[in-house]
Amino acid sequence: RSGGRGSQPRPAPAQRLAGAAEASRARGNVSPGSRTAAPGVAAAVGASPHLEWLGQTQKMNLFQSITSALDNALAKDPTAVIFGEDVAFGGVFRCTVGLRDKYGKDRVFNTPLCEQGIVGFGIGVAVAGATAIAEIQFADYIFPAFDQIVNEAAKYRYRSGDLFNCGSLTIRAPWGCVGHGALYHSQSPEAFFAHCPGIKIVIPRSPVQAKGLLLSCIEDKNPCIFFEPKILYRAAVEQVPVEPYNIPLSQAEVLQTGSDVTLVAWGTQVHVIKEVATMAQEKLGVSCEVIDLRTILPWDTETVCKSVVKTGRLLISHEAPLTGGFASEISSTVQEECFLNLEAPISRVCGYDTPFPHIFEPFYIPDKWKCYDALRKMINY
Amino acid sequence: MAASALRALRGRLLWAAPPRVAPAPAPAPAPTPAAAAAAAAGPARGVGTAGPGPQEEEEEAAERPQFPGASAAFAERLRFIQPNVLAGIPVYRVMDRQGHVRCPDQDPQLPQELVLKLYKTMTLLNTMDRILYESQRQGRISFYMTNYGEEGTHVGSAAALDDTDLVFGQYREAAVGAAYAIKRANANQAVVCYFGEGAASEGDAHAGFNFAATLECPIVFFCRNNGYAISTPTSEQYRGDGIAARGPGYGLLSIRVDGNDVFAVYNATKEARRRAVAENQPFLIEAMTYRIGHHSTSDDSSAYRSVDEVSYWDKQDHPISRLRLYMQGRGWWDEEQEKSWRKSSRKKVMEAFEAAERKLKPSPQLLFSDVYREMPPHLRKQQAALARHLQQYGEHYPLERFEQ
Repeated sequence: RSGGRGSQPRPAPAQRLAGAAEASRARGNVSPGSRTAAPGVAAAVGASPHLEWLGQTQKMNLFQSITSALDNALAKDPTAVIFGEDVAFGGVFRCTVGLRDKYGKDRVFNTPLCEQGIVGFGIGVAVAGATAIAEIQFADYIFPAFDQIVNEAAKYRYRSGDLFNCGSLTIRAPWGCVGHGALYHSQSPEAFFAHCPGIKIVIPRSPVQAKGLLLSCIEDKNPCIFFEPKILYRAAVEQVPVEPYNIPLSQAEVLQTGSDVTLVAWGTQVHVIKEVATMAQEKLGVSCEVIDLRTILPWDTETVCKSVVKTGRLLISHEAPLTGGFASEISSTVQEECFLNLEAPISRVCGYDTPFPHIFEPFYIPDKWKCYDALRKMINY
Repeated sequence: MAASALRALRGRLLWAAPPRVAPAPAPAPAPTPAAAAAAAAGPARGVGTAGPGPQEEEEEAAERPQFPGASAAFAERLRFIQPNVLAGIPVYRVMDRQGHVRCPDQDPQLPQELVLKLYKTMTLLNTMDRILYESQRQGRISFYMTNYGEEGTHVGSAAALDDTDLVFGQYREAAVGAAYAIKRANANQAVVCYFGEGAASEGDAHAGFNFAATLECPIVFFCRNNGYAISTPTSEQYRGDGIAARGPGYGLLSIRVDGNDVFAVYNATKEARRRAVAENQPFLIEAMTYRIGHHSTSDDSSAYRSVDEVSYWDKQDHPISRLRLYMQGRGWWDEEQEKSWRKSSRKKVMEAFEAAERKLKPSPQLLFSDVYREMPPHLRKQQAALARHLQQYGEHYPLERFEQ
């Protein structure tokens, strides 16, 4: 552990992170820098200074930070099991490499190719009191499990008056555009599930965030869906603490304070709006407040509304299609709570209302130019 | 019969135990000698026939298919497997319809006290059904489903379980997950999952069977085949030989039983449960029965089946009558006790019903509880909004039936 801290008692990791984030925000310097990995996508690189006192860190990309979290979880909780298609050999995105050898074939195992079975089975493991970590190979394949998630997992505690629950279930799935994923390897389905009371939905933007948020999901006493931006699996690299730590759920993070416009996104898109904030400052002299929502359900209305009260302008951006996308929920709530503070209509920069295209991906995605253009129009409203 | 022909027959056999489990369970019948021999023989040659010598064995081994997906022998004749290879899986029973035990060694020899408990449980259920069905007609409850004709499947199987076993009334895949977790916990518990022949058509059943087998779970799948899924008869639900025939396709040890014979249900469940836990493998029991009542209080089954058909089952083949005849045959029951029990069971149900009816329903505040383990801010806000709304508009809501 780091020296130089004197004899002060060490706060718990989650508190350290929150405290550090406050200090970091005050400095106006929060997230690691960026390196473009694909058009419109920035990756997080370098050390997050406020994690120093979480002990030894190791350079990890996103999939390695997931492996680290899973490793921590299985070490700490003897009931925890990981299952899904192809997880035994390490997974198609290598998130479970080494875990079967380390923890045994009864704890890290393949299932037949059947998403409704994977989730239904996971519910049962959780109901019986064990920790279930289910992997769906791509978020695009989660739909056969939709009934299990919405009608069973989400309602288990409610319908039994808290006699039973599947709170120890976490479902992980690779999520979002990847450059060549087309219709069935690029989807961001968070909006479908946001409409479902009883589950939590979490989407990290970076390795450090992913590990802390995933561990929180696994330990949370409610069924959680954890979407992992697949384009960042290799591209995002950070110094990540080796020991377990938690990042709280339902807390948005202000990455950069500003006074003129609030920008909200999650997952990969956070890096896009960070670039847009820089562009806005340089080209327009506009100061942006950048927010990573992190938890989609239940979402942190307080942080977003507080920001919009200050700036008067809101831009929300996501890859998922515009109509019925989660930006609509944010927009609707903000206009209810902050109507008189708004200087301009709320702007949503999203995917088009089409299936995720193959060759047209560069035109489809809500890249920094579309976001920048929408921001400019808001400023000039 | 030539060894090669025997192997060909074995390759076509549908419902015998899957290859990796050698002995078939005692109550499972083997209807034809060839099938019995094939089932018992496994990878060796047929019983009582002269097989090939060691050299020929080697040649044949080289001739076997090497596919990772299946290990059966080659077949040189184009022949499609018939869906009902053995003209249907037979129905295991202990008693005939008059309550006489057919084979004494199959009588579970349950003590009188337990048999009386089986009978009283089935009849209490029947009484409760009648009273609650009526109460729905009177508008005192909103909805009800009766169990007429199926009391034997419920009670016979329940009696065969341990008090600590987990019972899933549906949720087939979740049942498998629970079984996997309790296997890991070495808890000496089984999971039993009940479902109807209609629910067996859902993808859940397919997923549940497949996961249970591949992940080696201590679970008993109990299918109540009562002839109807609301109005849909079995001829429109499936074309194969019912549900039991699907089991071997997944690698499940399977049996079909007479669901109206409480001892047959008991025996099958008891043995399946014992072996599921001892061997960590799933079992499938298909209990054949008949749904004498309507599907629910929202259904009038005269719209799709004849009154005569229903009457036949009610009068000629009822689990309660059959057990009563068995008990009377042993001198354990008579008309006096029957009259007295009917009266006291009815009184018991009425008292419980009236006590429940008098209770107030829980407070509307609880509408927002248990969505999550903790109540998130947005739900607290909505809860407060409803409270304010009721303060102003409460007269339009049935608040007098609820606690504050």
